Amino acid sequence: MTTISTATPKASAIHHATPQPHAPAHSATDIPLITGGVTRSDVTRNVMDPIEQGVNGRWWAAFALALTALLIGVVCTWYQIKTGIGTWGLNRTVGWAFDITNFVFWVGIGHAGTLISAVLLLLRQKWRTSINRSAEAMTIFAVICAGIFPVIHMGRPWLAHWVFPLANTRGTLWVNFRSPLLWDVFAIGTYFTVSLLFWYLGLIPDLATMRDRAKGLRKKVLGFFAMGWNGAARTWSRYETACVLLAALATPLVVSVHSVVSTDFATSFVPGWHATVFPPYFVIGAVFSGFAMVLTLMLIARGVMRFENYITMKHIHAMCKVIVFTGSIVGLAYTTELFTAWWSGVGYEVFAFKNRMFGPMAWSYWIMFGCNVIAPQALWFRKVRNSLGAVFLITLLVNVGMWFERFVIIVTSLTRDYLPSSWASYTPTWIEGGTMLGAFGLFFTLFLLFCRFLPMICVFEVKTVLPPSTGSKGGHH
Amino acid sequence: MRRTVAIFEDDHALLLAVRDARKLGCEITEVLSPHPVHGLDDVMGLRKSRLPWVTLAAGLAGLALGTWLQYWTSAVDWPINVGGKPFDSFPAFVPVMFELTVLAAGVATFVFVLGRSGLFPGKSVKLSEPRTTDDRFALYINHKEGMPAKTELHGLLRGHGAIACREEDC
Repeated sequence: MTTISTATPKASAIHHATPQPHAPAHSATDIPLITGGVTRSDVTRNVMDPIEQGVNGRWWAAFALALTALLIGVVCTWYQIKTGIGTWGLNRTVGWAFDITNFVFWVGIGHAGTLISAVLLLLRQKWRTSINRSAEAMTIFAVICAGIFPVIHMGRPWLAHWVFPLANTRGTLWVNFRSPLLWDVFAIGTYFTVSLLFWYLGLIPDLATMRDRAKGLRKKVLGFFAMGWNGAARTWSRYETACVLLAALATPLVVSVHSVVSTDFATSFVPGWHATVFPPYFVIGAVFSGFAMVLTLMLIARGVMRFENYITMKHIHAMCKVIVFTGSIVGLAYTTELFTAWWSGVGYEVFAFKNRMFGPMAWSYWIMFGCNVIAPQALWFRKVRNSLGAVFLITLLVNVGMWFERFVIIVTSLTRDYLPSSWASYTPTWIEGGTMLGAFGLFFTLFLLFCRFLPMICVFEVKTVLPPSTGSKGGHH
Repeated sequence: MRRTVAIFEDDHALLLAVRDARKLGCEITEVLSPHPVHGLDDVMGLRKSRLPWVTLAAGLAGLALGTWLQYWTSAVDWPINVGGKPFDSFPAFVPVMFELTVLAAGVATFVFVLGRSGLFPGKSVKLSEPRTTDDRFALYINHKEGMPAKTELHGLLRGHGAIACREEDC
């Protein structure tokens, strides 16, 4: 089969006749994305084998831990729904705190998945192929975690369907479309649906590969979900068109989602919230926190699942660069907020920021600033990017910092607004802490189940970016 | 009907084989591959997908629905004074209009790409070469008038790197 080489006139003619915008452009100086000289069937085996062989002790330990956290969350959620949200540490002044902080945090975590799968697809960034599947899965799980919080916050979650414009018995009293909280329903509902469809569409060819390796019941189940996929040229052609279309839809969608979330705050008159910089500030913060979470998970998966040839140092470097870039913009946004408050000359705004930086909750501001602005700057140095331990630590710090960003914005602004006589403080109860822990438990439980049952790496796409010499046994270059 | 099946291990060899087989007057019935092969559409002479028009139409339908739904519920069916804002608060309706546009376009794209390709949950499929979802490429040529003789075709396909050529019923 090695008789055809690009040196023959025929081969070079076809190269010129058919422009291949997606074809891997490997030059001599290019470091390949996928290392270890793997072939197409190696890719299939390396990704599918761990799923088919079952899991190891480390997976069970992690799963037990995640499930415990989830159960704590379930108990806390059950208790607070049964008793009422008076079980939280809220008071008349601070009506939003832990719950909304967690909501915004989880929505933000999801953003990197869409960015990697959609924006990097449109930008033809090939390094996305190894990580897009798990990043998209992370998006879906994070949005599920996010969605739980507003539903609990309703106090009577069995009436959650009231957020939809459904005909009802109150003379058909409709929902208020002028409210950013309702925009959230539509933005997050659309985001979840489109992300799920995009993810599932990407899974179909790999499910077919799994189906053709399986036997018995397993083959039947996989065959059901693989929808009769056979990899026909016409289907691939339509499929690729559909992927580009969904990516083009998901790109403005992801920008809209956190912009809408930011209007929950920006359209109100609370000092520290009422700012036009909020939509871009929230979107970039979401991308920043999401990339940190992707990298955290990828570093773990790389070690546990032995994916060193697929999630290479090149991928890690690329993600580190996105983190340092977005982290710097987040730093700029923090500074812009301070400047705007000062420049506006509005005493309440100036006070809100002085209170954040030097008030009773200043510790949370400085945790936020240190973790989000200062810590990622270390990633400018190649030496730091090459150290997996350092990168892992920085991604954890960014996750902590971005959680605190939402806490700082929400709580410090509410505790002290216009009228000093109504100032109050806020301390979370163990119920709120348990619910937050439960969300992390849910996220990791879902992620571990995903690692166990579905291919973590997009097999068919990785096959398209293999270095030409290793794409098949004894290739042609 | 009979058909010729050629199995390849390499996508580039496949492209050349498809091109030259078509030159000889063969009609390429189908190519199965484990991943999209770029340039194959052109070599096979496949028409570009019209899916983007479906996406556009569905998006516009979603936009129309979003616009009508908000205007009708807020300004016609039961207008309510919310903070003195006008009943037809067009700027406040933009986010939901946008989200419904994307939702309709996304769902339609997903449904149509699967529907047009005849894929649905539970559909069974029998592959004559099971490794086409792993690392092999299969080229199918249905027999018809005016196509080259079997030996000539097999010679061409093998010359281009086919690792196996066989005749089968289809």
